[in-house]
Amino acid sequence: MKHVLESVESKFEMFQILNEDGKVVNKDAMPELSDDELKELMRRMVYTRILDQRSIALNRQGRLGFYAPTAGQEASQLGSHFALEKEDFILPGYRDVPQLIWHGLPLYQAFLFSRGHYHGNQMPEGVHALSPQIIIGAQYIQAAGVGLGMKMRGKKAVAITYTGDGGTSQGDFYEGINFAGAYDANCIFMVQNNGFAISVPREKQTKAKTLAQKAVAAGIEGIQVDGMDVLAVYAATKHARERAIEGKGPMLIETMTYRYGPHTMAGDDPTRYRTSDLDSEWEKKDPLVRFRKFLEDKKLWSEEDENKVIEEAKDDIKKAIKEADKYPKQKVTDLIGHMFEELPTNLKEQMEEYKEKESK
Amino acid sequence: MAQMTMIQAITDALRTELKNDENVLVFGEDVGKNGGVFRATEGLQAEFGEERVFDTPLAESAIGGLAIGLGLEGYRPVPEIQFFGFVYETMDSINGQMARMRYRSGGKHHSPITIRSPFGGGVHTPELHADSLEGLIAQQPGVKVVIPSTPYDAKGLLIASIRDNDPVVYLEHMKLYRSFRGEVPEEEYTIELGKADVKREGKDVTIVTYGAMVHASLKAAEELEKQNIDVEVIDLRTVSPIDIDTILASVKKTNRVVIVQEAQRQAGIAAHVATEIQERAILHLEAPILRVAAPDTVYAFSEAEEVWLPNHQDIIEKVQAVINF
Repeated sequence: MKHVLESVESKFEMFQILNEDGKVVNKDAMPELSDDELKELMRRMVYTRILDQRSIALNRQGRLGFYAPTAGQEASQLGSHFALEKEDFILPGYRDVPQLIWHGLPLYQAFLFSRGHYHGNQMPEGVHALSPQIIIGAQYIQAAGVGLGMKMRGKKAVAITYTGDGGTSQGDFYEGINFAGAYDANCIFMVQNNGFAISVPREKQTKAKTLAQKAVAAGIEGIQVDGMDVLAVYAATKHARERAIEGKGPMLIETMTYRYGPHTMAGDDPTRYRTSDLDSEWEKKDPLVRFRKFLEDKKLWSEEDENKVIEEAKDDIKKAIKEADKYPKQKVTDLIGHMFEELPTNLKEQMEEYKEKESK
Repeated sequence: MAQMTMIQAITDALRTELKNDENVLVFGEDVGKNGGVFRATEGLQAEFGEERVFDTPLAESAIGGLAIGLGLEGYRPVPEIQFFGFVYETMDSINGQMARMRYRSGGKHHSPITIRSPFGGGVHTPELHADSLEGLIAQQPGVKVVIPSTPYDAKGLLIASIRDNDPVVYLEHMKLYRSFRGEVPEEEYTIELGKADVKREGKDVTIVTYGAMVHASLKAAEELEKQNIDVEVIDLRTVSPIDIDTILASVKKTNRVVIVQEAQRQAGIAAHVATEIQERAILHLEAPILRVAAPDTVYAFSEAEEVWLPNHQDIIEKVQAVINF
């Protein structure tokens, strides 16, 4: 009787291009990115870090609602997004607002989503995405459908979906990658493994050594990537996208990352389940620090560049909050109006009732 | 006009819409090559190809998710859940996701999905095949629930469901699949969702019912006629939303109501209909509204099924009770 687990697991090595010091350790895998593109990647990460800091502050002031902090995960979120094209469809998890913003969701709408206004979920024309999914894993099975639809339409596009380490324990995770595999659907399945599902550590989710190896059971490719290395995440996602649109089937990408902040701003206290030693261990791997060193060595990034982005981000955020403040308040009658294409009798009656209430 | 069983009418409706709209996709467990465990999709894969009519891996949740995703890509999915007792496996896709798609996205996306599924008692199935779970879906805003009782209604309602741009759960009572034939036009036609049908006119008592209980009610009405009780039978056809106007018109004529459902008594469609009637027409009532329903146990093991399921005799007793009140 031959046991294969150990040999299978040992083959899942973490893919890395830039090490913690910003040095290229895997030259052959270097993606073809122009200097401008490299700078743009940095710009997006800095911008998103500022957005996270400001969002946390705005939440504490009561000016934003639901918010899931993103600092630490910029390389996983934005590196993977940078490999996408406009026609690709994003099915995000609840922490994946940055990808939506860089896909075309205006900032003021992201703020309205946080506040609990439906306009935050209304993707503008040409922005192919759903609003963040709240049920862990539900986006995985939906992505299989979008990816199959794209394949049947002959589109050169992919459905990309995101979950976390905890999400890989859900039935929908397995069903999603299995369906997509069975149909060779145009899908990329991202797992941002930040080590904790709220408070439950990754080791308690599964006995599997890696989350990437779960791809094997579905018969699809899987890879574990350094999720603090924006170039590695970009290269892996780009590769997955090319394979998918060539009809070679979906791919599962596990990015090893960390969230510096709490799970959400609704009372989570990470000191209850994480040590400060662990925090500082991961902060040494910071995606911005690492990529900044890489760019500085190439003379592509300066303090001046950095400050310019910071000011740009702060300015945009200020304007977006003003715009969100100005946006018409939502009404129950709006909500009723969005239930069906044509209102049935019960909702017609309730529409009249709430029109009356809301006119007072 | 052709004589068809309900299952033939359903196949006919699927074929009609597969022909009419290239975005219609039919899929589920065993629906492709095998034509479905009840043969509802018989011959459709051969006729329309594996891209349009296909088998899925065995996982109901992902069948729901697949439908949602295909809907986002502009398709009009008609997935089958092999037995509606398996709906718990895909409850999030129905109530948590597709029912909320239009609402959640502020009208930017929608789920033009029709989920077909067999249900209903009296055919000696194992557990979790026969349960009447329409109430679980009817409680969720954003999804319609349709239950035909005749071959004619089955075709018109299914075509209308598939053309609807919002999700519909279309439930097919297993006992009605092949128990009788009815006239079904070969050409296409639709029956408006949300509209009840007066299956028998009468002036003394209104029975409001749906699904297989329409036939038990009609049988009861025939026997009651011999006792000079003239029963009106309303077939809801769509149990969410309810066609309250048709019900009220009848209640104002008969002043007496019995509501019949195969589902258990607690928290169901009948309770909802009774409440709507008493809120809107209490002064027209000469007697309390009575319900005929299954007892509040888990669905009966099949040896006890015949007694557990409501039948025409139970209906006769309740009608007599509202007459003699």
